[in-house]
Amino acid sequence: MKLVYFAWLREHIGLDEERIDLPASVKNVRDLINWQQSRGEGYARAFADPETVRVALDQFHAEHDEAVGTAEEIAFFPPMTGG
Amino acid sequence: MTVSLQREDFDISAEIDRLVDGRTSVGAAVTFTGLVRDMVHDQRILDMTLEHYPAMAQNELERIEQQARSRWPALTGTRIIHRFGTLMPGDRIVLVITLSSHRQVAFEAAEFIMDFLKSRAPFWKKERTEQGEASWVAAKDEDDKARLRWQ
Repeated sequence: MKLVYFAWLREHIGLDEERIDLPASVKNVRDLINWQQSRGEGYARAFADPETVRVALDQFHAEHDEAVGTAEEIAFFPPMTGG
Repeated sequence: MTVSLQREDFDISAEIDRLVDGRTSVGAAVTFTGLVRDMVHDQRILDMTLEHYPAMAQNELERIEQQARSRWPALTGTRIIHRFGTLMPGDRIVLVITLSSHRQVAFEAAEFIMDFLKSRAPFWKKERTEQGEASWVAAKDEDDKARLRWQ
């Protein structure tokens, strides 16, 4: 699946997107964030405070207890500041 | 009912005319325009860059429009334009237009759209100040509260 990153998450990780297979242990959004924290220094910094990370599954906002399911594109970003 | 994400500026008057499209049943057109401010606390802003998630921003803004239409069936037109890229103080960032036969629906729907846009549409602002630092704008709790008051 494709993972995409925006704003300071993108800067900390140093990538705007990547293709990856998630481990079977990742069931919901919270598991996904915990797994991201273990992937290296940039990821640890980007995901240090899970509460500040928003996630979208196939371009729909998702709560942290939502199942990742069969999403093809998962986006990670900070709280939004448009308008 | 249309959403545009664009780098270019927009012409508010032309957008109203296009949306009304000669319909004389429209008695109220409300517009909201968001502009780039020149100061943040005591620091002068040189410019502001808006990053966005293109596909989701388009979909999310269309979903917000759709919610407004379901909530106010008397809404007879909506238009949202959001710019991205680097903007200067005074530049226009966002335009919301709502139409109805009477003003109340148009006012309420415009506020509703902006409250949802602020905390649900995937855009992020980065400001560069005179001191040379560029920093991501922090989201405000008030924006979440403004959205929640509609629930």
